[in-house]
Amino acid sequence: MSQQDTGPPMRYSGFNVIRQGLSGNKGWTPAWRDPAPKAEYDVVIIGGGGHGLSTAYYLAKNHGLTNIAVVEKGYLGGGNIGRNTTIVRANYFLPGNSEFYSHSLKLWEGLEADLNYNVMHSQRGLINLFHSDGQRDAFVRRGNAMINQGDDAILLDREGVRKHLPYLDFEQTRFPIYGGLLHPRGGSARHDAVAWGYARGADQRGVDLIQNCEVTGIDVSGGRVTGVQTTRGAIRAKKVAIIVAGRSSQVAAMAGMRLPIESHVLQAFVTEGLKPVIDHVVSFGMGHFYISQSDKGGLVFGGDLDFYASYAARGNLPMVEHVMEAGMTLMPMIGRAKVLRSWGGIMDMSPDGSPIIDKTGIEGLYLDCGWNYGGFKAVPASGWCMAHLVATDTPHEYAARFRLDRFRTGHLLDEEGTGSQHNLH
Amino acid sequence: MRLTCPLCGPRDRREFYYSGSADYLTRPATDDAAGWDNHLHLRDNPAGETRDLWYHETGCAQWLLVTRDTVTHVISKVELVAK
Repeated sequence: MSQQDTGPPMRYSGFNVIRQGLSGNKGWTPAWRDPAPKAEYDVVIIGGGGHGLSTAYYLAKNHGLTNIAVVEKGYLGGGNIGRNTTIVRANYFLPGNSEFYSHSLKLWEGLEADLNYNVMHSQRGLINLFHSDGQRDAFVRRGNAMINQGDDAILLDREGVRKHLPYLDFEQTRFPIYGGLLHPRGGSARHDAVAWGYARGADQRGVDLIQNCEVTGIDVSGGRVTGVQTTRGAIRAKKVAIIVAGRSSQVAAMAGMRLPIESHVLQAFVTEGLKPVIDHVVSFGMGHFYISQSDKGGLVFGGDLDFYASYAARGNLPMVEHVMEAGMTLMPMIGRAKVLRSWGGIMDMSPDGSPIIDKTGIEGLYLDCGWNYGGFKAVPASGWCMAHLVATDTPHEYAARFRLDRFRTGHLLDEEGTGSQHNLH
Repeated sequence: MRLTCPLCGPRDRREFYYSGSADYLTRPATDDAAGWDNHLHLRDNPAGETRDLWYHETGCAQWLLVTRDTVTHVISKVELVAK
């Protein structure tokens, strides 16, 4: 065995925090091993982000597969899971999306107990504001869809919103606030902790997490995947799962595939730490803007894509300006807060704005991508459903419509209703 | 970011509408289902040099074929689609 044996996995608890605190914090052990790659695994997962790590975790936990490697070119959780606006919600409308995100939210609610890891999941309530009669009708319909799915939705009128969010600019004439759809079980979580919790859980079940190991080729023989080439040598594998978000097109090209994916940059912003001021997650209905306050005090907010294909991991000023304008229109009080930093993540955009969890034309090669700008809340259910697909070779019932060929066959999942075209989502 | 329109000169990104990959310039035969899937949905999506279509919406209303780098945002060529 190449791995360092650190004894039985440490359980995190309040008792342990006190005990370690009293003994100089010398007893903490690494949260996961740092193994060298073995020559062969049953499953190799390409990508050590949220979705890859949760897939590894549920393969081990739900399906008893533990001869698994997660290969990551950088460090665990260094991509979009480490840079997003951390919103967790189940307010989808279309059959296919609705049951999937509902399942994901249920997994979130049990995640900390399941992982023995504090992911700081906070169900502080999500309020989507509306600003016209037509928009209210659309939100009534969405709220009913959420209730039909078994989730929670409460329609608030203007005074109802005012009770929750007294600091909004209700008096403005340009975008008057008519009300909001409250999703009480929506909220946020600590992004890094989700990756770390899944990593630790997978490692404890025997999964090898191999960092600084870039996949440079995918070996296919007779229409079947046989392994991967990496910067740390060749690894044979019976099954390979591509779960690499913004880099999906490059990795899939190693297996000769061309994906319905265009990578775009999405910017987000965080201010200096402030005292508690925004209790909920709030989204503006007339400009693409959403905001919450992190437990550290920073206001975390974002807007829409820059809307051109990009891998630059940084955006341009027009969208910065747009987001700041939208924020100031909605809640002028934030004008006093100083923006501390901004960043751009590379989003794997699909033509209809919905994800892909499917087999490929190559036997033993699976694909989980197309998370657009909504991958964070999906991390638990994506791993759950992808693990089911990889282990059983059949789609999970909650992800049965996330097909790779749905654009060709016309079975689209266009939640926004804007069309199936790369520049529209 | 600025694009140098062949007719209008260097102009702010906000004047332009991004349409997508230059794949849109090659139309398949009407009965070629796989060709249409390629045309509309499947993309090379390169990290590096790419060619895509932009429309000078608030300028000369010309379609432009832009050669640029998706990693550095450097724009190396802007041509008119209509010759």
